[in-house]
Amino acid sequence: MVELVVFVLMGGGALAGGVTVIKARNPVYSAMGLLGTLFAIAVLYVMQLAHFVAAVQVIVYAGAVLTLFLFVIMMVGVDKEEDVRETIPHQRRLALALGLIAIGIVVSLVARGRFAWVPVASAAADPQATNGTVQALAEPMFTDWVLAFEATALLLTIAAAGTIALASFRRPVADTAAERTGV
Amino acid sequence: MDRVDILIVVGRVLLVFVLLLLTTVFNVWLERKVVADMQNRVGPDRAGPWGLLQTVADGLKLFFKEQVTPAKAEYGMFALAPLLAIVPAFLMFMVVPFGQPFTIAGRLVPLQGTELNVGVLFVLAMSSLAVYAVVLAGWSSGSKYPLLGGVRATAQAISYEAAMGLAMVSVIMFASTSTVGGSLSLSDIVAGQAGTYLGFVPRWNIFPQVVAFVIFFLAIIAETNRSPFDLVEAEQELVGGFHTEYSGMRFAMYQLAEYCNIFSMSAICATLFLGGWNGPTFEGDVPTFVSAILPTVWFLIKTYAIIFSFFWIRATMPRLRYDQLMQLGWKRLIPAALVWLMVSTVAISVRQFGLPWN
Repeated sequence: MVELVVFVLMGGGALAGGVTVIKARNPVYSAMGLLGTLFAIAVLYVMQLAHFVAAVQVIVYAGAVLTLFLFVIMMVGVDKEEDVRETIPHQRRLALALGLIAIGIVVSLVARGRFAWVPVASAAADPQATNGTVQALAEPMFTDWVLAFEATALLLTIAAAGTIALASFRRPVADTAAERTGV
Repeated sequence: MDRVDILIVVGRVLLVFVLLLLTTVFNVWLERKVVADMQNRVGPDRAGPWGLLQTVADGLKLFFKEQVTPAKAEYGMFALAPLLAIVPAFLMFMVVPFGQPFTIAGRLVPLQGTELNVGVLFVLAMSSLAVYAVVLAGWSSGSKYPLLGGVRATAQAISYEAAMGLAMVSVIMFASTSTVGGSLSLSDIVAGQAGTYLGFVPRWNIFPQVVAFVIFFLAIIAETNRSPFDLVEAEQELVGGFHTEYSGMRFAMYQLAEYCNIFSMSAICATLFLGGWNGPTFEGDVPTFVSAILPTVWFLIKTYAIIFSFFWIRATMPRLRYDQLMQLGWKRLIPAALVWLMVSTVAISVRQFGLPWN
């Protein structure tokens, strides 16, 4: 019962946030809508006892990524007259088709009975359950899946190093070009 | 989960809430008194004994003042921002254990808002959410000075959060050698610091992890926007910084959030490095209620030692320039934290598994 109430509240909150992201005229309100969505999903994670995932979601997305969004919006300056011309050809038709395909997949899965209301160990049902704790997550990560984990770590390190390389070793040509055009 | 359990949960949350409010009232007065003493002034001494009620008087004054909204403000965000400041400030302290667990009505009640197995991550999450209040206040005020303050605050918070997190990682890794299997829960970290080295040095994490302590301490001063890192609200440059346009109760909420953050961050520092509520309880030699309350006293003494150094630094240090702040954060603290993380990892693994050639 508690789970259902929280799911309806937070699922509705996540949807409202998503709509705000698309419909808001002002990019700052879009960013706040995204924050609402991320927060609602974090609460849903907590209901599934995935405390670690919820905390990391808030730290990484709400704490770092969205703060950077806001920072960029504020640095560039909020321009109320945003250019909303669509650059991808047939964008709307493609979006409609992809949306219909996604809905079709979900409907067909439900029709075949692949979706069921699984009574997972939730915080409300069993306060002693441990399936989402740091320990429960770390053990498979560092035993069965250690290769995948290390590969992901390597990928992230390469991405971070690449970002620094792109930011600090700019070609001097770009600078002179910028000077010539007076940017 | 019967009625007594629910009452205990509500009681714990209320206790944390009241504790934070009371310490805020006390800390504002303490800061003004400490800084006044250091500058050969008297400080507040009119309201109540030793001026102790000065903060209450100020709060009442702000409560009855007009709330001005600038004409160009984005009203929704302008009104929301102070609330976003206050909620993470109160939530952060929820996971900090501030006393020995005691038994009431046959149940073991830990003296903390709530016990989370991701306690340290929760603290990081809340401190990163606190940035929104400042950023949104700066943006929604529709005024130049708050905007500049907001941009500064974002850059500062992002920079110093990294150093703070890295310092936390090394102390948690060290703590995992004394707790069973390692833990991110603050009460487990406190439990791991019980006992002594060599029989007389308390087993606090600060002694083996002194570098992490220094980095963490500097980072929490920057995170709470305190002097010498208070260029978010540098009076000479930005009037009042992000809260220039706020008045009345909304301004009071920012002040309350700031002092709550100072207390919570100092409490977390005391928990991670100074042993939390660990300390001699003299059980058996003194009445039971004294030894039950002594851990909370130790906790408050440790927390106030750190808070006092916050005020001390404020009274003595000039403010950093913006580029100096960034240099210190990115070029000194983060590399130092990374090097210390490597050093302490090697030391821990040698202690756990022996030298690689043996």
